[in-house]
Amino acid sequence: MNAKTFIKKYTMVIALVVVFIFFSLWTEGRLLYPQNLSNLLIQNAYVLVLACGMLMCILTGGNIDLSVGSTVCLIGAIAAQMLTKHGMNPIVVILLCLVFACIIGMWQGFWIGYIHIPPFICTLAGMFLFRGFGRAILDSKTIAIPQTEGSVGKRFLDIFASYIEIPGVDTQKVKWSAFILGMIIAAVLLAVTVLNRVKKAKKGYKQASAISQFARIIVIDALVLAYTWKLAHYKGIPVMAIWVLAVVFIYAFITSKTAFGRYFYAVGGNEKATKLSGINTNKVYFLAYTSMSLLAGLSGLLVAARVGSVNGDTGNSFEMDAIGSCFIGGASAYGGSGTVGGVVVGAILLGVINQGMSIKGLDNNWQYVVKGAVLLIAVIFDVVSNKKTGKAG
Amino acid sequence: MAEFILEMKNITKEFPGVKALDNVNLQVKPGEIHALVGENGAGKSTLMNVLSGTYPFGTYSGDIVYNGEVCQFKTLHDSEEKGIVIIHQELALIPELSIGENMFLGNERKGRFGIDWDKTYYEAGEHMKQVGLKEEATTLIKDIGTGKQQLVEIAKALSKNVKLLILDEPTSSLNEEDSKMLLDLLLGFKKDGMTSIIISHKLNEISYVADKITVLRDGSTIETIDNEGHNIDEARIIRGMVGRELSDRYPSREHNVSDKIGMEVKNWSVHHPIYNEKKVVDNVSFNVHRGEIVGFSGLQGAGRTELAMSIFGRSYGTNISGDLKIDGNEKNLRNVRDAIEAGLAYVTEDRKGNGLILEQSIARNITLSRLEKVCKKGIVDVNKENAVADDYKEKLRTKTPSVQQAVGNLSGGNQQKVLLSKWMFADPEVLILDEPTRGIDVGAKYEIYCIMNDLVAQGKSVIMISSEMPELLGMCDRIYVMNEGKMVAEMPASEATQEKIMSAILQSDKK
Repeated sequence: MNAKTFIKKYTMVIALVVVFIFFSLWTEGRLLYPQNLSNLLIQNAYVLVLACGMLMCILTGGNIDLSVGSTVCLIGAIAAQMLTKHGMNPIVVILLCLVFACIIGMWQGFWIGYIHIPPFICTLAGMFLFRGFGRAILDSKTIAIPQTEGSVGKRFLDIFASYIEIPGVDTQKVKWSAFILGMIIAAVLLAVTVLNRVKKAKKGYKQASAISQFARIIVIDALVLAYTWKLAHYKGIPVMAIWVLAVVFIYAFITSKTAFGRYFYAVGGNEKATKLSGINTNKVYFLAYTSMSLLAGLSGLLVAARVGSVNGDTGNSFEMDAIGSCFIGGASAYGGSGTVGGVVVGAILLGVINQGMSIKGLDNNWQYVVKGAVLLIAVIFDVVSNKKTGKAG
Repeated sequence: MAEFILEMKNITKEFPGVKALDNVNLQVKPGEIHALVGENGAGKSTLMNVLSGTYPFGTYSGDIVYNGEVCQFKTLHDSEEKGIVIIHQELALIPELSIGENMFLGNERKGRFGIDWDKTYYEAGEHMKQVGLKEEATTLIKDIGTGKQQLVEIAKALSKNVKLLILDEPTSSLNEEDSKMLLDLLLGFKKDGMTSIIISHKLNEISYVADKITVLRDGSTIETIDNEGHNIDEARIIRGMVGRELSDRYPSREHNVSDKIGMEVKNWSVHHPIYNEKKVVDNVSFNVHRGEIVGFSGLQGAGRTELAMSIFGRSYGTNISGDLKIDGNEKNLRNVRDAIEAGLAYVTEDRKGNGLILEQSIARNITLSRLEKVCKKGIVDVNKENAVADDYKEKLRTKTPSVQQAVGNLSGGNQQKVLLSKWMFADPEVLILDEPTRGIDVGAKYEIYCIMNDLVAQGKSVIMISSEMPELLGMCDRIYVMNEGKMVAEMPASEATQEKIMSAILQSDKK
């Protein structure tokens, strides 16, 4: 791989590294404090979760879902009311909320997939509808989830917003469990790479070059270890990280490994050809929007737990963060290409910019300006490079 | 005044890999109706696009002399300024706008403040009178029929002060009555001194209106025939159109047609998906044996593609009726998945639009229609997929460095091979190939013919839809001829000739 293709392939990763170094220097290293690194993940958990779902929608042809912010609010509101007013079991609350979210997604997926309502319009309607329902359920108030020890509210918060602590391993100062988990992840990643190569060699399939593959895995492992080392010196592994990792892993698996995931790329690449290949394209749209709302529901629970309360403005403009992450992460604005890995990089890039500017004390307004500029540059890059390969235009 | 209003001298136009026009000459006298005839792909439309500036000056070689001066049209606008107006086969009208708005689109009647609508509709009305169109100028295009839309196009041309009117297949979508009216209109204009060039497949119409007939074949001018008396023998034109000899451009094959019928279709009718009352395929019956290549001949718009797609899991049309048997078993194929599982494959004529996902790899394209074959529990075995793709790459001799290459980077012939691989991978018993050799070079054509021969040698059935008659004659065991949605003839290839096929089409047109 020469320098040019390397830069083209890893543009956003390089951008992330540059931005990260820039903010680390600018904040005089404060960005690297364990607490800030831990918050980076927790504060952006909702973006990561939403962006995975948004990617599926965007893959089908650059379609977006504008209603996710409102769905976050609605599901958050339902959860908060169930916990406070009815004192329901948190597990039941979570399951019910996810079922509701799924129904919302099926509602939108039905109109978009089977009746062919343009997604932009259908989800714009959803944006108003679900925000309205959410506010009605909240009765225009802010509802705080009770935090007293032993209450259902506290148990709910523990499921999403606590930290893992293993007695005996973790000390007051260092949560060794975090670093141990990091080492396990690093070892597993390395093992998977090696086993894959062995398997390929045995069957005589073509291999990617060993140097690039191992260089990549070593870099990733180093990052995992460094990050968990930092986490160990704060409060340990946040439970939220487990949720996010699970979602990211599942979506990465679906998009890259399964036949089902292939169909999303195929529809975005050429819907007519996909249909004539015997694939039910209506169902692909339906499932894209169903999964989007399901994740929006999960995100609503995460946000409710992190903030500890829900109000009528919860989830405002979350859809924009999710959409932005996808496009910054290299998803094509025309559909058909984009990876979960890219989207994660995009979301983290946005997160680092936010975090860095917050630490520096810049006000919110400028954060919008910078986010907007980054998004525009990323999409211009995508369109221009696509033009060269003759897709856009 | 010069003897000719228009002279096109030694026009040569090349597309990547294909010479569409090769030293074409065309001379048109003022005030005559000049017909351009030739098979699909002979270069008629290309020639007219050169003339109108759609292919700008510099992309072709040769001279256009119009009214005694050499012209270099860079845009459509340049040629329209000189009074040359082209009306394309697919009408360029906007359905949601009114007749008047369409007529002056890009050429708006301006008043002091913006568009002068009174003037627009008055002038539109005047031009509509000239063409005998009895409608209000405010009527929306979508509310009038195709025949009237054609008249709007002509009225639009008149509004541009047309001196030389070019009509590309003006009557292809019109019924008998509307066609007659249109042709008479042209004759009327001729009396007023207007010159027209008309491209048409309908030889009876040409014989009726044209003064001169220029025949194009394979991008060259063959001859210009005089038709002063308007009584030319159609066979005379046909001979000019198809007159090439068949050489060994087709690989030989042992004709081992089995008695077993692979697919049988009876009384198949399909209606247009939007204009529900229009029958696109009308009561068609045919069959194909195992080990047989059956050809479908006909002009563009004869309903062959629509027939094939409607059989292939109802991919086209509404209100489909008829019986379908595959290997003697009655089948009801409700969607493409059903069709694939029943052993049917349809290789589309529009490989870029309907066939391939251009930005995805060869391997991914090949496996798409039967992804489950390289899957374990829903997980794609990429290694197996690549192995399969490599296998087809070898078998079909697809020229590519790797099967990871995006299909969009391949040449037309190689893309076609990928498309064929895709459907061979689906392992069908009956393959429908729609224009399998369109737009690809002679060498790749030969290879595709060889693949077809291999398939029938394995006892599969192949249906080939093609507009190239020599190809059908060279490859098929049996040929069906369709015209305007109906099956008009069936003949063994051994007895078929291009003249026979052409006259079958033309005979049915007259009825």
